[in-house]
Amino acid sequence: MTISADTILNVHSIESFGTHDGPGIRFVIFLQGCKLKCLYCHNPDTIAMEGGEPYTVKALFDMVMKAKPYFGKHGGVTVSGGEPLLQAKALIPFFKLLKAEGIHTAIDTNGRILNHFVTELLDHYTDLVLLDIKHMTEEGYQYLTGMKNHQTTFNFAQHREKTGKAMWLRYVLIPGLTNKPELLQAMGTYFKDFTTIEKLEILPYHKLGVHKWEALGWEYQLKDARENTATELLEAKALLQPSFENISIN
Amino acid sequence: MEVTKFISGSWTKTVNVRDFVFNNITPYHGTSAFLEGPTKSTLKLWDICTQAMAEERANNGVRSVDTETISTIDAFGPGYIDKDNEIIVGLQTDELLKRAMKPFGGFKVVEKALSEHGKVPNEKLTELFSKYVKTHNDGVFDAYNDEIRNYRSLGILTGLPDNYARGRIIGDYRRIALYGIDFLIESKIKDLASITGPMTEDVIRLREEVSEQIKALNAMKTLGNSYEIDLSKPATNAREAVQWTYMAYLAAVKEQDGAAMSLGNVSTFLDIYIENDLQQGLISELEAQEYIDQFVMKLRVVRHLRMQAYDEIFAGDPTWVTEAIGGMFHDGRTKVTKTSFRFLNTLYNLGASPEPNMTVLWSEDLPENFKEFCAKVAIETSSLQFENDALMRDSRGSDDYGIACCVSHQDLGKSIQFFGARTNLAKTLLLAINGGRCELTGEQVLEGIPVDKDEYLDFNKVMTNFKVAMQEVARVYCDTMNIIHYMHDKYYYEKAQMALIDTNPHIDIAYGIAGLSIVADSLSAIKYAKVKPIRNEDGLTVDFSIEGAFPKYGNDDDRVDALAVQAVSDFNNELKQFPIYKNATPTLSVLTITSNVVYGKKTGATPDGRALGVPFAPGANPMHGRDEMGAIASLNSVAKIRYEDAQDGISNTFSVVPKSLGADVETRVQNLISILDGYFSNKAQHININVLDKATLLDAMEHPEAYPQLTIRVSGYAVNFVRLTREQQMEVISRSFHESM
Ligand code: SF4
Repeated sequence: MTISADTILNVHSIESFGTHDGPGIRFVIFLQGCKLKCLYCHNPDTIAMEGGEPYTVKALFDMVMKAKPYFGKHGGVTVSGGEPLLQAKALIPFFKLLKAEGIHTAIDTNGRILNHFVTELLDHYTDLVLLDIKHMTEEGYQYLTGMKNHQTTFNFAQHREKTGKAMWLRYVLIPGLTNKPELLQAMGTYFKDFTTIEKLEILPYHKLGVHKWEALGWEYQLKDARENTATELLEAKALLQPSFENISIN
Repeated sequence: MEVTKFISGSWTKTVNVRDFVFNNITPYHGTSAFLEGPTKSTLKLWDICTQAMAEERANNGVRSVDTETISTIDAFGPGYIDKDNEIIVGLQTDELLKRAMKPFGGFKVVEKALSEHGKVPNEKLTELFSKYVKTHNDGVFDAYNDEIRNYRSLGILTGLPDNYARGRIIGDYRRIALYGIDFLIESKIKDLASITGPMTEDVIRLREEVSEQIKALNAMKTLGNSYEIDLSKPATNAREAVQWTYMAYLAAVKEQDGAAMSLGNVSTFLDIYIENDLQQGLISELEAQEYIDQFVMKLRVVRHLRMQAYDEIFAGDPTWVTEAIGGMFHDGRTKVTKTSFRFLNTLYNLGASPEPNMTVLWSEDLPENFKEFCAKVAIETSSLQFENDALMRDSRGSDDYGIACCVSHQDLGKSIQFFGARTNLAKTLLLAINGGRCELTGEQVLEGIPVDKDEYLDFNKVMTNFKVAMQEVARVYCDTMNIIHYMHDKYYYEKAQMALIDTNPHIDIAYGIAGLSIVADSLSAIKYAKVKPIRNEDGLTVDFSIEGAFPKYGNDDDRVDALAVQAVSDFNNELKQFPIYKNATPTLSVLTITSNVVYGKKTGATPDGRALGVPFAPGANPMHGRDEMGAIASLNSVAKIRYEDAQDGISNTFSVVPKSLGADVETRVQNLISILDGYFSNKAQHININVLDKATLLDAMEHPEAYPQLTIRVSGYAVNFVRLTREQQMEVISRSFHESM
């Protein structure tokens, strides 16, 4: 076994049958740890940097190989989180192994980090990036994520665009917070000339994660937010339609 | 025989339907676009049927019942739904949904079933059966010993076909359409002549059986005549082929009320006639679909008289009219035809339904369009199950087979099965832990296991004792089956079905186990955690306390999955150690039907942490909620159970909420195809697919009248959800529905 196969990834949990994080059936690995603390995060238990279970790259690879027969034409592996790119260095040997097996790879990220490990991972071994667009304004970004500098996301997108490799954008639609027409228009204006965006996924806000916040003893601050009406979803889609070829509402 | 329009082969000289199909099939690779909706006549008939079924539900599950006639092939005069609109005719009795008495399995059961509906059998019959006529049930209990009775009453062996008909045998119903009865009689007469002395018991029995078969064939002609149909000659066109085939099946369900009365694989066969008529311009697609719709409608109204207790093991009044659809020939051609599509299309034309139990023989090589259609139908109706065609073809040799009952391979016309319900493997493990005593009653069931006084269970000790317990249970199980099938042959021989099967066929004897996941998790807990038995003042273990974590079956973890594989293999080997009636080949299934609920009730707390009375997982499924890594890991655990060790089948029920299968319909279809390809490439054998929201089921519990056709797959068959008892409904709802969000 090579040394890199002993590399450790800190895993929160595994879903062998993921159908909402990339194309086809996905083996989804949720990594532990994230520097953001989004108000709507539905996996808040993945945020803490400590905790999680160490897995060697080899062990994860073996598990993926057992799921491989189910990948069909489109499926593969998605690494999500938490923020997977915090462990970009350790992901490189993992994705190398997957690519050697011809397995489709995806990273579900908030796009905060763009160091040389990340670029190596993305540019050479990652077939698809699922990039979360949190908010189009600095103010909104700070409110939602607790972090400054919303520009990082756009820099990240620009980088991906330059490499010419595929990405999907994901946008959580929250009534009153992220669904304002001017925000959606701003998003359209910014991204409309990108050529690598295969799809925009609108993720309607839901409260399924609330109990996890409570279990952590954290206060859920979006308590008053509500779910979208069907009309609101369609209106949002209509506003974005001119700028994105392929929009899905998950 | 006279052959004009079909390509000849060995089938023209001897009875060999497979050869006919092989030489004349038109495989279909196209889409479902050609399919037609129902005709007015079909809709009119179906309207009458749904009305009648609503009355049946309203009347405690039985619309009407005949208390005068013993149902035989030709006992009843003709019956119609609405004669003018019926293209395919024939009912079990003279009235739609009227149930009939078939008392040779057991008269007491008939009396009980009738009394539950406020009826009694005709006095003469009661006198006859109490004084002069012996039944299968009487015979079995004359021969049972105390040991067997004990195993039965303690729930170690359950659901045995000792007071009802064994079923499972599939007549090759295609034979009447292809050959006509006269030819079949001729060939049976030849067979009879060749069965010569010395007149040992076997030879005498076989001669008697073949003579019975010939009588049955003659009775089938009478049955045909009562509907003005001449079954003596082969069918000459598509409508006749469907009609003749149905008449053959009808004869079987008039004579027998076996638990499962499978149909075989008639869709591919019938397509040859339909294709021929279509080519010659004799019929249109609309008519072709009408034949199939009306045939399937008839299969949906097959009924047997059951007592309520029967519902515990076979919930929802199933009949298992199992039709195998699709699959491949050994030579790489597909057996998918347009009529494979037409059969599935009945689920749209007539709405979803548990019967016939449509079973797709899945192979990676099936035409892509057919795969897509099957996946779509499964997603939209939850009425389909899938079985691994490549696996069964390779392992069993035949590419012309049906599915007996739920999941079991049966070579059509060449092989039969003796059904044997199942034994409770979880309880067997508890016997091993309790020095051979029943964990509920304290009764000594088996000898040879030392009493364990250790503070913690020792894995090696438990395994050694478990082996002894399995040996003993296998011995008693084999004894029981020998008695049952000896008596069934003697008192309730399936002469109609056997008349449509080669003389002296191969026989598989079908054993079964329940509680596999509990056994695996229990052994895993004992091996990887610390399990402390909690004993009562009698020294009987009544509960367990578990310290530490242990791997659980359903997470693709070899440490525990290997224990499951081993248990199946060990028990299967034990079953091979004993002599079997008619030299049958022992086969084993991991299948529970709905008895997982009743088994749970009769089984004390288990070392995996399951409490006394909690239902088992169905079939080979992991226990509810223990598969923590998602559906694929769960499927992979089940796929490890080796088909060589469980040739009667390994049932898995996969329930998923629509959204979790994919965001939109197209994605769901593709994902389901990927699941099936993946699961079966890992050599799994069977899977039920349910794509349903729990909310729908909950709503159906509250408003059953709004969901008369809501169908859900359970272990190896499908049921109308609203016909399950509340307890069974709750059990279905509590199962793992895979939800990944
Ligand atoms: S970036 Fe993702 S994981 Fe991190 S807090 Fe936000 S939603 Fe949660």
